[in-house]
Amino acid sequence: MAELIIDTKKCIGCGLCIKSCAYNALSLANKKAVVDDDCVFCGSCIKSCPVEAIWIEREIVEIKDLTNYKDIWVLIEEDRDEILPVSYELLTKGRELAAEKKCDVNALILGNNIQKKFENIFEFGANKIYYFEGSEFNEKLDEVFIEYLDYVCKVYNPEIFLFGATGFGRSIAPKLAARLNTGLTADCTILSIDDNGLLKQTRPAFGGNLMATIICPNHRPQMATVRSGVMKAYKVIDKNRRKELINIEAIKLQNKKTELIERIIEEKTKSISDAEIIVSVGKGIGSQKNIEIVQKFADLLGAEIGVSRPLVDIGWAGYEKQIGQTGSVIAPKLLIALGISGAIQHLAGISGAQTIIAINTDPEASIFSVADYKVVGDCIEILKGVINKLTV
Amino acid sequence: MKIVVCVKQVPSSNEVKLDPKTNTIIREADKSVINPYDKFAIEEALKIKDNLKGEVIALSMGIPATEKILRDAMSRGCDRSVLLSDKKFAGADTLATAYTLSLGIKKIKNVSLIICGKMAIDGDTAQIGPELAETLKIPHITDVSEIIKISENEITCRKINDNGYSIIKMVLPAVITVVKDINLPRLPTIPGVLKSIHASFEIINAHNATANINRIGSTGSPTQVIDTFIPERKNVAIEIEGDIDKKIDFIGDIIKEIMYNGRIDN
Ligand SMILES: Cc1cc2nc3c(=O)[nH]c(=O)nc-3n(C[C@H](O)[C@H](O)[C@H](O)COP(=O)(O)OP(=O)(O)OC[C@H]3O[C@@H](n4cnc5c(N)ncnc54)[C@H](O)[C@@H]3O)c2cc1C
Ligand SMILES: Cc1cc2nc3c(=O)[nH]c(=O)nc-3n(C[C@H](O)[C@H](O)[C@H](O)COP(=O)(O)OP(=O)(O)OC[C@H]3O[C@@H](n4cnc5c(N)ncnc54)[C@H](O)[C@@H]3O)c2cc1C
Repeated sequence: MAELIIDTKKCIGCGLCIKSCAYNALSLANKKAVVDDDCVFCGSCIKSCPVEAIWIEREIVEIKDLTNYKDIWVLIEEDRDEILPVSYELLTKGRELAAEKKCDVNALILGNNIQKKFENIFEFGANKIYYFEGSEFNEKLDEVFIEYLDYVCKVYNPEIFLFGATGFGRSIAPKLAARLNTGLTADCTILSIDDNGLLKQTRPAFGGNLMATIICPNHRPQMATVRSGVMKAYKVIDKNRRKELINIEAIKLQNKKTELIERIIEEKTKSISDAEIIVSVGKGIGSQKNIEIVQKFADLLGAEIGVSRPLVDIGWAGYEKQIGQTGSVIAPKLLIALGISGAIQHLAGISGAQTIIAINTDPEASIFSVADYKVVGDCIEILKGVINKLTV
Repeated sequence: MKIVVCVKQVPSSNEVKLDPKTNTIIREADKSVINPYDKFAIEEALKIKDNLKGEVIALSMGIPATEKILRDAMSRGCDRSVLLSDKKFAGADTLATAYTLSLGIKKIKNVSLIICGKMAIDGDTAQIGPELAETLKIPHITDVSEIIKISENEITCRKINDNGYSIIKMVLPAVITVVKDINLPRLPTIPGVLKSIHASFEIINAHNATANINRIGSTGSPTQVIDTFIPERKNVAIEIEGDIDKKIDFIGDIIKEIMYNGRIDN
């Protein structure tokens, strides 16, 4: 069992750790910090302590021989016969990690009509492609994929397995982790290799307020999901790279428990999570009428519109447009925020934006604390002017 | 029909602030609340019970104080609740949490449907639903926005996808995780509150759950948090000053630069 240790000799009773604890697990007794059962070992307090009186002691687990586990694997995800960008992003990242570990990057693709996609998969970084071709994957049912993934992991012993944090990836990856009795880190934004060759996985938690770095020392594969757009994809033309194709065995599936009745694609609700340019609006736009002006502006830029929660609550926009902790997490190259105060729950959704221009009448608005460009003023008036400028 | 709703106690997120000096999270109040998504899970279970009859059991793994949110669940209409609580469960990652919850479900026996929230707002992983299903060797559907049909041994759901939705039929017993637009949760009623005071509330420790010590708590967790830090907020924004025309020009220029000078493609 892990234990949070507080060195009472060092503790000066300043109480900073108590404030830092999200779980209220710390308190003062006799002017010294004490911890109770609420502790989840997140480690926030360790950093807060000015005198280094707090640390976590972990039980030393028996080190297993894990040398049989090799290579970095990526599950390639397709949608309507196209490989998703996140898969290429993972291959690119995998190549970078593999260079450090001096191992291979292997792609696993399960689908129909896949041969023509092999070249791209190689170009983005795979050394080997493991594939199985069949129409049974078209429905994207977990039940079908899990048996192949399970088989691959048991036969080929991947050391690291990466998945896109898509709706599909976030369903299949935990199912596989539980099947293999291993760890899975969700929504990683940074992946690197540590001195011991372990995968260091950094991810946001608490709605983006806290970043946690996580390792999986004694179980394999080390599994992680990564959101689309967080990592970059680029091709490498490397003629010397060894490339190999491996056709895996067919697996008999029995007793199917789920059945797809219908799959509806809604083109219109193109998810704002993937948009490159987003114009976001909050209560500061004043009236519903002004959304038309915003729409005009968005069309001009080829942008998607996103909103803060109050606009969804009063029915000015659909939930699929909501940005934030309880809405979508976005990662556009440009975000233009209009009349948004920048509540912490909203900010949780926009930390992935590359450039933020914020327009707000209140010079003290929190949105400015994350913006690259701060514009104090009436957003509608300014917007009208910008539309004019961009159309002439 | 027996339905289990998994509910998690989370820190009330409203009071999160960053201390600009020490750069740590400060909590101004010490409230713990039910994970917001789990309210929708409870409501969905109650709706099924309204139609099909049966029993709704709220299940949680947590510290003893979790009793409060379980009582709240019962005041909304859950028939009883079970709390898995033991120091040995502490520090569990999702795999160990899923295993521990599975023990609770085995104790409850003959459960047809398990409903989880889409995700918890603190851990944020959304992994418990699928991991719990796999641990119990039953199927699951994530991100359910509507239960279209349910009978004793089958459920048909509308599942939200990244670009639309699917209608999926699944054999029970099974796990579903629900999104927040699935329903409008009912509020606790006075009779409900009164009933909840005397409703059955059972605490199960690791021993009574016949837990394998190597699969629970921090010991049973393959993942370890080795560091936490506050994400770097960006540097100070460049303020665009001057009259409105200056601002308009400046914004127009930045947009043009980003959009047309290739910066958008970097
Ligand atoms: C558990 C929980 C989860 C939540 N999840 C989310 C979430 O996912 N997403 C989310 O967005 N919110 C979420 N919220 C709500 C959040 O706390 C804020 O209430 C919300 O983000 C505020 O929206 P807003 O910025 O549009 O409105 P306000 O806070 O009212 O801000 C309006 C802003 O507009 C400015 N303004 C006014 N007039 C003008 C003008 N003419 N021109 C320019 N600026 C103007 C004002 O100065 C102000 O800064 C959540 C809250 C809770 C408790
Ligand atoms: C900073 C930080 C980062 C973490 N990152 C990871 C990680 O990447 N991988 C990992 O494996 N673990 C991680 N953990 C541990 C994880 O938060 C815990 O295992 C937690 O108990 C469950 O995960 P969750 O909060 O993500 O739940 P989710 O999977 O998001 O919760 C989904 C649903 O499951 C049900 N549920 C969840 N927990 C309980 C419970 N205790 N009792 C009853 N029902 C419940 C609820 O219905 C909930 O709506 C992290 C913990 C911290 C503090």
